Amino acid sequence: MALDQSFVGRTYPPTPSYEVGREKIREFAEAIGDANPAYTDPEAAKELGHPDVIAPPTFVFAITFKAAGLVIEDPQLGLDYSRVVHGDQKFAYTRPVRAGDRLSVTSTIEAVKSLAGNDILDIRGEVHDATGEHVVTAWTKLVSRAPEES
Amino acid sequence: MTAKIAYDEVEVGTELPARTFPVTRATLVQYAGASGDFNPIHWNEKFAVEVGLPDVIAHGMFTMAEAIRVVTDWAGDPAAVVEYGVRFTKPVVVPNDGVGAVIEVSAKVAVKLDDNRVRVDLTATSAGQKVLGMSRAVVRLA
Repeated sequence: MALDQSFVGRTYPPTPSYEVGREKIREFAEAIGDANPAYTDPEAAKELGHPDVIAPPTFVFAITFKAAGLVIEDPQLGLDYSRVVHGDQKFAYTRPVRAGDRLSVTSTIEAVKSLAGNDILDIRGEVHDATGEHVVTAWTKLVSRAPEES
Repeated sequence: MTAKIAYDEVEVGTELPARTFPVTRATLVQYAGASGDFNPIHWNEKFAVEVGLPDVIAHGMFTMAEAIRVVTDWAGDPAAVVEYGVRFTKPVVVPNDGVGAVIEVSAKVAVKLDDNRVRVDLTATSAGQKVLGMSRAVVRLA
């Protein structure tokens, strides 16, 4: 079923803040096998000019994708999440995410398309810190695959 | 931000040191926990096959995270990455054979931009298949 075009441009309320912890960054860096000390050693991060350890570039996806859940699970939109695959992902950073950040995400539906029976949804997540400063924008393209002919 | 590579020292075509990243089922379970993405296609073979996949596949975001390590290791400071985008073209299939899969990543400078920035184009393959498309990072150099 084609998604409702009138959802294009819809913005969802900012999420409650997510507090970025040093140990969560460490856990993520270990999971991707990345031993860069900027992710785990506050002194090494300071030598690079950061006030505390920073997060790997894709860390913030866990936060923006959870926020995108507001869109994905919006019953009025009617997306069949069981058929969704991740199409594209992009980030643009004003600064890296770092330990101590309290981040809030505002999600907007940028595009809704139907292509060969697939529903395509573009969501933009704007991530701001507690002072209102922009940190990163995440663009996520989700594709809900057309059901197979039975 | 303190990149260790100087803008003036790179040219269009400059290659970054290529890397290979192994992926096993244990890697995927660890990544699921760290990222909060517990979709069973990344750890449950029966479920993956039922939804039409050949086997358990790696999280696309795991592949994306590995690929950019070629850039962050080169630049020195991960904060040098100011933009990063990919298209997920093919899944990284991870068999339960004790060996798993390997993601091979290469990258080169494609464009020199203003403000000491360069565009780096990445290539990521697994089992001979291109797993990321349009994989590009904008990096601010020293």
